[in-house]
Amino acid sequence: MSLAISRTGRRRQLQGMLFVSPFVVGFLLFFVGPMGFAAVISLFNWPILSEPTFIGFDNFTNMVSDGLFWKSLWITTIYTMVSVPLGMAVGLGLAMLLNQKVRGLAFFRTLYYIPAVVTGVSLAVLWSIMFNTQYGIINAGLRVIGLDAIPWLTHTAWVIPALIIMSLWQVGAGMVIYLAGLQGVPTELYDAASIDGAGRWSKFRYVTIPMLSPVLLFSFVLGIIGSFQSFTNALVMTNGGPSQASLFFVLYIYRNAWQYNQMGYAAALSWVLFAVILVVVVIVLRTTASRVFYAGTARGGA
Amino acid sequence: MADQLERKPSGIQPHEGHAKSQALASQPAKPITVSKFLGRFGVYAILIGGAVIVLIPLVWMLSASLKPKSEIFTFPPTWIPWPPLFSNYPRGLETLQFGMALKNTLLITIPSVIGQVLSCSLVGYGLARFRFPGRDALFVLVLATLMLPTQVTLIPTFIIFSQLGMVDTFWPFWLPAFTATSGFNIFLFRQFFMTISTELEDAARIDGATSWDIYWRIMLPLSKPVFAAVALFAFLFYWNDFFGPLIYLPSTENKTLQLMLMNFQQFYTSDWGPMMAATLVITLVPLAIFFFAQRTFIQGVVFTGIKE
Repeated sequence: MSLAISRTGRRRQLQGMLFVSPFVVGFLLFFVGPMGFAAVISLFNWPILSEPTFIGFDNFTNMVSDGLFWKSLWITTIYTMVSVPLGMAVGLGLAMLLNQKVRGLAFFRTLYYIPAVVTGVSLAVLWSIMFNTQYGIINAGLRVIGLDAIPWLTHTAWVIPALIIMSLWQVGAGMVIYLAGLQGVPTELYDAASIDGAGRWSKFRYVTIPMLSPVLLFSFVLGIIGSFQSFTNALVMTNGGPSQASLFFVLYIYRNAWQYNQMGYAAALSWVLFAVILVVVVIVLRTTASRVFYAGTARGGA
Repeated sequence: MADQLERKPSGIQPHEGHAKSQALASQPAKPITVSKFLGRFGVYAILIGGAVIVLIPLVWMLSASLKPKSEIFTFPPTWIPWPPLFSNYPRGLETLQFGMALKNTLLITIPSVIGQVLSCSLVGYGLARFRFPGRDALFVLVLATLMLPTQVTLIPTFIIFSQLGMVDTFWPFWLPAFTATSGFNIFLFRQFFMTISTELEDAARIDGATSWDIYWRIMLPLSKPVFAAVALFAFLFYWNDFFGPLIYLPSTENKTLQLMLMNFQQFYTSDWGPMMAATLVITLVPLAIFFFAQRTFIQGVVFTGIKE
């Protein structure tokens, strides 16, 4: 009997391994393998069409004196540090408004989510026309209220703000998540806070934020990772310009690899990007660890 | 003071549930006041204002897609072009080489969506329902792939595919799709499968069902919402994908809608009417899917965001 059980147990084990095998294959072929290979490539001068030559850590040391490397890293970091928290704040604000027994909640929720399905080149083309200095709808609006036209995509000082404004159009996706989180906060907590004399701000600070903290952290971390990889808008709308003012890091990687034919340097850059993201995420997780509140997490199974 | 605060919840909300609407009531003052009416009014004002901001780009795209050149470059801009210039649409689609680009996009999208749904659900099932050495470590790896920026693997993967002679084919999209490369989808399936009770499964096993039967006849039918959500998100991803096609599909006859739209924008910079018509047609597919499946979408988003 016990032997029979252990035999079916072994069979179940093998079956389980079989079911997860696609991931194991994909993980080795498309994550671990390429990452290792990228590390190797980064040690070479590797033009795609001719023989690679080993150059040690030259690709990495060359970065130190590469002005565009620092510039693109700076632009990407600034963009991320502004657009991600700002988008979360606007999304959370909207979610809190919607969570006040408003009429037409489902209508507003659906409507605000719409921009999230408009992405890629379509989004970039649409907004590049809207930002057009002479004929774009945004400057037309500014002129109607008596302001001067702004050279959104053609002035070094305006291009990053323009891209940040554009990113705000898509806060609806986050808003839907926050709204669900808000609806899960037990009413009793607010009642208890009221009894203790808490005002609006205190309730927000000591009830809403802690209860939402896991959701907020999750979306902050994924937002940072996604934002560091921004590419399409910069390529399609400005091609990194004007004067490299929107040269996002991934655009710089793309240029090195597919335009300057420097696969080795591009691979080294992508490893640096990975390291930067990792460091930022670890810092975020470390500094928030003690503040994130997991209420009765029913960790299923395992 | 304390008295007022205490009474507030019951005073303001006759219905249970939404204590947060207090955040609106400005001061802890008299029950119904002008300021509260203004607060209520303010909420709707902001929500409607936001809705207008969301809609303006879309309405403007529609409007511009029907304008002749002369009307696009006028100030103040007109919203309802009259007479509407419908010929922008055939012109835009022609520049896009719409038939070809649509065929390529679907050739990438449909098999890849099937691959993602199938492989990720199988892995999710394996992680949720079987015990084997290293399972928990494997699950951690699945989550780790979420954190990995795809750009790190892009260059080596490109070199490998080009060594294999697969550049300018659709294999670089299909192969990763069938090997469960979306940690997000695996995670989603696993979480959902965990919520399904094992009783049905145990009963089926007593009746001699195999593990595959259970996946196919119990898990899959009971998890339709997750399958639908993953399929929708995967479809949107491949439909809007840009970086992959950009590097893997150099020749025109393989280009996707997104790539052709970029070419359009670079080569016919001022042809706004047809360009907006083309953009609108490309956007219409995700928009239509969203409208018909909004419940699935919203549920899917909520499910991914809330469960940790």
